Amino acid sequence: MSVSFLISQAKSVQKVIDENSAEIEVLDQKIGDGDHIFNIQRGLKLVVELEDSIKDLPLAKALNMIAMKVLSGIGGSSGALFGTFFMTMAKSPDLDKDVDFNKACEMIISGIKAMKERGKADVGEKTMMDVLIPVSEKLNELKNESEFKSGLNEVIKIAEERMLSTKDMLATKGRASFLGERAKGHIDPGARSSQLIIDTICKSVINN
Amino acid sequence: MKKFINNNDDFLKESLTGFGKAHSDIINVNLDPSFVSRKNKTKDGKVSLISGGGSGHEPMHGGFVGHGMLDAACPGFVFSAPTPDQMQAAAEHVDSGAGVLFIVKNYSGDIMNFQMGAEMYSGKNDSIVTNDDVAVEDSTFTTGRRGVAATVLVEKIVGSLAENSGSLEECKKLGERVNKNAGTMGVAFTSCTVPAAGKPTFDIGDDEMEFGVGIHGEPGRKREKIQASKTIVGNILEAILDNLKPEKNEKNLLFVNGMGGTPLTELYLVYEDACQILQSKGIQVTKSLVGNYCTSLEMQGASITLLKCDDEILKHWDSPVHTAALRWGM
Repeated sequence: MSVSFLISQAKSVQKVIDENSAEIEVLDQKIGDGDHIFNIQRGLKLVVELEDSIKDLPLAKALNMIAMKVLSGIGGSSGALFGTFFMTMAKSPDLDKDVDFNKACEMIISGIKAMKERGKADVGEKTMMDVLIPVSEKLNELKNESEFKSGLNEVIKIAEERMLSTKDMLATKGRASFLGERAKGHIDPGARSSQLIIDTICKSVINN
Repeated sequence: MKKFINNNDDFLKESLTGFGKAHSDIINVNLDPSFVSRKNKTKDGKVSLISGGGSGHEPMHGGFVGHGMLDAACPGFVFSAPTPDQMQAAAEHVDSGAGVLFIVKNYSGDIMNFQMGAEMYSGKNDSIVTNDDVAVEDSTFTTGRRGVAATVLVEKIVGSLAENSGSLEECKKLGERVNKNAGTMGVAFTSCTVPAAGKPTFDIGDDEMEFGVGIHGEPGRKREKIQASKTIVGNILEAILDNLKPEKNEKNLLFVNGMGGTPLTELYLVYEDACQILQSKGIQVTKSLVGNYCTSLEMQGASITLLKCDDEILKHWDSPVHTAALRWGM
């Protein structure tokens, strides 16, 4: 993981989220209040715009700037959760040394753990954590393997399955929780956007 | 979408700037990070009250900054929770040393961002969470009930206690009591349109209403055919009374709140229907508030809040207030 990796991933994710924005917006209007996609798009735009100010910075500093930008520029649940994710990654030890696959996995795992604590949500509650927690568990299995590319295909699969599984869940956390039975039958918009992010990043790592 | 708008990115900033100019005798507007604060510095020893939330509910919360109510308000983007740096900056700006009480409506995004703001603020602080919407079930396993119109009453009543030298602990305790004594439920006839979305949040037929709607246009208990006002009001009150169970000799405040697109003429008609129904059940209405205070952009509809009042609550309701949206007694 490097600053240029983060910038190029942010750009790819931005493209994929933009392509799928109409779908996510509709999902959120069905069971939320419709702000999720705008928050995610605003956040990605802000991070991509940081390129010039972070490209020559050490990784820890760049992650910290991304965290502050996400935290102060997005709002809503997404801002707090993704801000927490980057802030936790920025605090990882030894970021001045080479960040290999193993280390990058550990950073992502600790970031997701912090999101879980901040949102007080676990799997089965129809939120983005339904995708992120299983992904983090799979990364924990994979992190020490030298041949991790096939494992990343499994991560992609897990993210998709878990995203789809939110469709028939009752929501107990987040805005959709106010709907009771009426939230059933719709995929959680946060789970969908998280799955798209994971899908994009994993594919780009596999293909490089 | 037909709205007064120049471009979407500047929507909130332009509106806040106008708000600041229109009420420059009462408040100041700070941008980057955005917060509304009182024109006059919080007096020494007075607890500071800070609220906030997504924009689109005006006059809540910026319209309640001023003497007898809030010290500052942090507006987020339309229907999105504000960010922790806003709460931190507002707290640093207004705290006079007696501590800060954050008043937060019960939504995951607001809770998380206010928590982070509170963690980032080094001064003494505490928070209360409002959750007066009886349309949704309360449960310790879920996010719970939504915080809606009773937040206005909490801000007024706790604001008065803070103005009258209440400590941080006393303010928190009173705020929690007001929240617990209040129940709200709303009905929507039309959707609202978030400027960034450009189209209505939900589809609803000309002859339909959303019963138990949330203040962001979230679905409520059920979709029904529209009925006579008396029937709608009766059903709303039934849900509230089921929950609050007021005693016959208890005094109550009746608050009819417009969602933004319903004229005052209709809100007063709703108030009259509610008074008659409550009277027939032997429930006393001693205080009233009618108007657009906790809105959902241009949504047509209304919510009714009933607040059971003890003498302390009544005293602090009547005390002087001078804000952009609520003014009496001075």
